[in-house]
Amino acid sequence: MSDVRLQSVRKVYPGGVEAVKGVSLEIADGQFCVLVGPSGCGKSTLLRMVAGLETISGGTCSIGDREVNEVEPADRDIAMVFQNYALYPHMSVYDNMAYGLRNRGTPKDEIDRRVREAARILEVEPFLERRPRALSGGQRQRVAMGRAIVRKPKVFLFDEPLSNLDAKLRIQMRVEIKKLQRALATTSIYVTHDQLEAMTLADQLVVMNKGQVEQAGAPITLYERPITIFVAGFIGAPPMNLLDLPVTGLPGLALASPPSGPVTLGIRPEHLELSAEAGSLSLDLTVTAVEAVGAESYIYGALGGQGPEIIVRIPGRDLPAIGTSLRAIARPENLHFFSRETGLRLN
Amino acid sequence: MVERRRLLDFLPHLILIIGVAIVAFPVYVAFIASTWDAATISNGSMPLRPGPHFAENYYRTIFVGTSSSTREPVGTMMLNSLIMALTIAIGKIAISLISAFAVVYFRFPFRMTAFWIIFVTLMLPVEVRIFPTYKIVADLNMLDTFAGLTIPLIASATATLLFRQFFMTVPDELVEASKIDGAGPMKFFVDTLVPLSITSIAAMFVIQFIYGWNQYLWPLLITTKDNMQTIVIAIKKMIVTQDALTEWQLAMATAILAMLPPVLVVVVMQKLFVKGLVETEK
Repeated sequence: MSDVRLQSVRKVYPGGVEAVKGVSLEIADGQFCVLVGPSGCGKSTLLRMVAGLETISGGTCSIGDREVNEVEPADRDIAMVFQNYALYPHMSVYDNMAYGLRNRGTPKDEIDRRVREAARILEVEPFLERRPRALSGGQRQRVAMGRAIVRKPKVFLFDEPLSNLDAKLRIQMRVEIKKLQRALATTSIYVTHDQLEAMTLADQLVVMNKGQVEQAGAPITLYERPITIFVAGFIGAPPMNLLDLPVTGLPGLALASPPSGPVTLGIRPEHLELSAEAGSLSLDLTVTAVEAVGAESYIYGALGGQGPEIIVRIPGRDLPAIGTSLRAIARPENLHFFSRETGLRLN
Repeated sequence: MVERRRLLDFLPHLILIIGVAIVAFPVYVAFIASTWDAATISNGSMPLRPGPHFAENYYRTIFVGTSSSTREPVGTMMLNSLIMALTIAIGKIAISLISAFAVVYFRFPFRMTAFWIIFVTLMLPVEVRIFPTYKIVADLNMLDTFAGLTIPLIASATATLLFRQFFMTVPDELVEASKIDGAGPMKFFVDTLVPLSITSIAAMFVIQFIYGWNQYLWPLLITTKDNMQTIVIAIKKMIVTQDALTEWQLAMATAILAMLPPVLVVVVMQKLFVKGLVETEK
């Protein structure tokens, strides 16, 4: 068993800054867990604590059945892929992959077998004798992955591994990482700030903010039922429309249990449609900008002519002129309500 | 903008050629003088072309020695100089690498104090601390030994600073990757840090070898026996000022021989040397 369990893990830096404020997570054996959040939310610190590169200030971290708080990184049976790859520049690709095994006293023929197998899987066989600097970014990325998989660790840790690649390569490598992880069925923790990467890769998606877990669960659950305003605004591109409702509420909108405080309404751009008639929620917009991305288009409009900006996704490329007035309607089941005071979901 | 004008091409070259000639001519004269016999040099009409005594002069210089002042052949002294220069260069590099490694990668109490103490020794070259250093070396019975000749010159702030600067540019992720790959601190040092510093080491080796080779004051003080003398001192001792005849051809041969090893080191290590001083790629 190689599940990873974090129990109220905290990280306090010597200056008193609390980077991680009590995170509890369970990552099942073979699961792909993605930590996502804005810069400085503590996701990388959390990953580095699992790796053993940062000390744990409070709580416990266990891999399998073993608590690893005081275990050296080399003895935790983990492998890590770094953002800048951290390949040893003076070693050949082969030696880069073999180094960790050699340090552990693996027999030579076993090392050779594993390195060649990893090289075959990752298609870096032709470059085994080259130095990392003679490789392209994508190839270096593969070598870094190879260095991780030859060790056959219990847990893979990825620290924003794709952020140094160009957009096309990033999508390609994303798919490959997913396939590889499926094939090897190794528990993985993956840190990224790219919510699209997070959505597509994760079995369990963990949204972090200010050192705390906002919500953890299946990506679609987070998308469909975000439990905080932060998650609602973070997951999804273009982002969810968030409107501060007047205390009196919008006409025609009824909540099962009316909240006491002020309410924020969230509607995803794809849940709005243009309509001539009034729906249960009707928004009158003045178009301020349009974006055609091919199969679909985004309309940016000001609510009521000068109010907050609303994004509407429409299929096709039939775009309204800027300055025209439109009406967008939404179904009641697609509305998200949040308390503005606590940030929590109300419906 | 590149202008192609004859005069602009010619003028810098002329200046450079004059500069090279000024530097090279004395060396050339020394070489020529080392190929004639003493009489030709002494009567003041030495030609500017190589003479017939090349083999004889160099054989005498290296294996026999001059007839008067120094009794040791230059071969022994070259060996002394070589041992001294190599020990100083290698010793300086070894100690500097280790101290820079300690200062950059370990958190120990008074780390910065240690660093500043090393830094301050920049202000204390041998010349400044020559008396106390001599006293210590004498008390330790290290006069006329290679240990006495080299150890006081080994501690080096310059090299420590250079390696410290270099180590600080090595990405932290390499240390972390090493940790995860199961390499302890010393293994990281040997397997990763030293191979990465190879060009800086080469640059330091060139600088420190020449520094060691050219030492004059310290060997002069610390060596009294002829068989411990270095070649740089030998040149001076060959030039007799009083009654006796200076064997200029042998003095010049010694000077030429003294020039060779530093030149050789620079030529052989030039590529690495330049890379070590300018390289930014890691």
